[in-house]
Amino acid sequence: MRVVMENLSKKFGHFTAVDDFSVTLEDGELVCLLGPSGCGKSTVLNMLAGILPVSGGKIYFDGEDVTDIAPEQRGIGLVFQNYALYPHMTVMGNICFPLEIQKVPKAEREARAEEMARLVHMDNMLGRKPKQLSGGQQQRVAIARALVKKPRLLLLDEPLSNLDARLRLEMREEIRRIQQETKVTTIFVTHDQEEAMSISDHIVLMKDGVLQQHAQPQALYNDPHNQFVADFLGNPPINNIPGTVSGGVFSAGPGAQLRLDDFRRVPEGAKVNLSIRAESFVVEDAPAPDRMSCLVENVYQMGKEEMAQLSFGAHSFRAYISSDYGLRRGDTVHLGLRSRGTFVFDLETGARY
Amino acid sequence: MSKVTKNRLGTGLYIFGALLTAFSLIALAAGRRGALSLALPCIGLVLTVLGLYLNHSYHTRQGTARVSLYLLLVVGALIMVFPFYWMISSAFKTSAEMSIYPPTWAPRNWLNFENFRIALNTAPFEKYFLNSVMVTSASVAATAITTILAAFAFSRLSFPGREVIFSLLLSMMMVPFEMLVITNYQTIVRVGLNDTRFALVIPFTSSIFYTYILRNFFQTIPDGLYWSARVDGCTNWRYLWKVMVPIARPSLVTIILLNGLASWNSFMWPLLVIKTDANRTLPFGLYTFTTEVGSNNEQMLAASTVVVLPMILLFLFARKQIINGVARGGIKG
Repeated sequence: MRVVMENLSKKFGHFTAVDDFSVTLEDGELVCLLGPSGCGKSTVLNMLAGILPVSGGKIYFDGEDVTDIAPEQRGIGLVFQNYALYPHMTVMGNICFPLEIQKVPKAEREARAEEMARLVHMDNMLGRKPKQLSGGQQQRVAIARALVKKPRLLLLDEPLSNLDARLRLEMREEIRRIQQETKVTTIFVTHDQEEAMSISDHIVLMKDGVLQQHAQPQALYNDPHNQFVADFLGNPPINNIPGTVSGGVFSAGPGAQLRLDDFRRVPEGAKVNLSIRAESFVVEDAPAPDRMSCLVENVYQMGKEEMAQLSFGAHSFRAYISSDYGLRRGDTVHLGLRSRGTFVFDLETGARY
Repeated sequence: MSKVTKNRLGTGLYIFGALLTAFSLIALAAGRRGALSLALPCIGLVLTVLGLYLNHSYHTRQGTARVSLYLLLVVGALIMVFPFYWMISSAFKTSAEMSIYPPTWAPRNWLNFENFRIALNTAPFEKYFLNSVMVTSASVAATAITTILAAFAFSRLSFPGREVIFSLLLSMMMVPFEMLVITNYQTIVRVGLNDTRFALVIPFTSSIFYTYILRNFFQTIPDGLYWSARVDGCTNWRYLWKVMVPIARPSLVTIILLNGLASWNSFMWPLLVIKTDANRTLPFGLYTFTTEVGSNNEQMLAASTVVVLPMILLFLFARKQIINGVARGGIKG
């Protein structure tokens, strides 16, 4: 189902949780709503579910305006962070419950529940109570319960954050598999960038209730629209070196100059952040105007690569360097920059040049 | 003295002393009087303490603590149970047995149901019993329903003034029952229900205290459950009965049992509003019966046994539920 959110906003008293939020999600996609805690991503999800009334804007499901429609009439499935299984019912009872409310005949609803249980690999535990299941199993049951009534849209609110690291990885793949088998349009809320990058078709990145960028995971990483997007994605975090641009030359202090084509687009005298991903450095053998001459402060072994702590002028940053170079503390190294993974942002507004 | 002999001597003294104390106390209780029977328990106690001093290993200390604890509990239990035992055993005694001094511990014939026969024939206890059952079940059912609905509203629905109204209700709990009796009595008289069984039910169809307990329990049920159910098409009404009430069952059972107990035993209110013999409940009927039979204690106790028995049986069967519910309410509420 195609989901359109148009100028959506939500206010709690004077606090604006979501501000002028417009996004279109295509049918059959798995989309992650990503952002730090309190950025309004769960608020957006709750508005889509109909749990929270909107303060402004419209929501369309396949062109139909559902903004003021009750949750039960929207045809959505919902999975909460704590799974919200009914503790007094068995796995079977839990999966059947939505159908029971819809007055589906008993034989049919049990058949459908069993089919769903098979899909999530829980068909051998139908008689158990939620208390007798592990976190991952409860999660599977919650997904089966959300899917059993054949929703047009599946909403998952931080579904993996209660699981331990190994299970999280496993359930992440499971959710992807189930989504691809059922082809249900899915929205997945998370604050974990790695989770979002690995499973989604598109990522919607939010900050303080405002949409930052809506793109494919790789595009988000390679082509961030602003400083926040660049900072939020990537591990280790992107290196930011503040400085001033004049005459196409970036200066981060005495003895720390760099000439790049990118800086021609920057207005004269602008204060900027030169942001470079740790993997975008290339070691060169001689200094040049478009190379950074840096001092090696520290070297950390990471197996096939080394993570070097370097300083450029007064600023420290980290770079992945192949261990072939055998860098040592105190060396001077000349680094060229790959255009992929090198960005210039305005220091004040965070806008990309 | 080596450590081993010291320990052995200690243990021996300890066990000997404890046994001596126990047996001499039993002898004393059995009616042996004299200097020796008074001195023996004291000697036993001194030996026990001495033994403990000689061998105060972890094991003996632990054992002593446990034995003392159980002794204390047994004594407490005996004190609690004794009046009931006395009531029941006396109910089987003849009037001649009742006047024996010193009183006997057990009736001569445990199958002497004469007192029950007389008591049940003198006053219409079966009528009282029926009234009690009717009044208790009606008031318990009504209270359960109003409590569930109110607790749901105060925990799950949002409406303006919810907290203020709830605080006001809670503050009503500070008003003593004796004060409410006056206004309740006037109301009942004006409505014209004086001296009917309705008068026994109507003032007791809701309870702020139980609402408070249940509301607190309902609040511990996560929001996610509610919204999952709502998204699945569940109405508030359906959610309440299909999800909340089953989850809150332990609390509910406790509330119903405590409420039933209070209703069954209530005495002051029936005494005020009921005049006709046919409308009396058991405790009130028992009271009038005792004034009528005068000094026939054995019949009075037979009647009391009949009155108390249903509640004792109920408690024995639902013991686990009550304790669970109270413990849970205590921790979570």
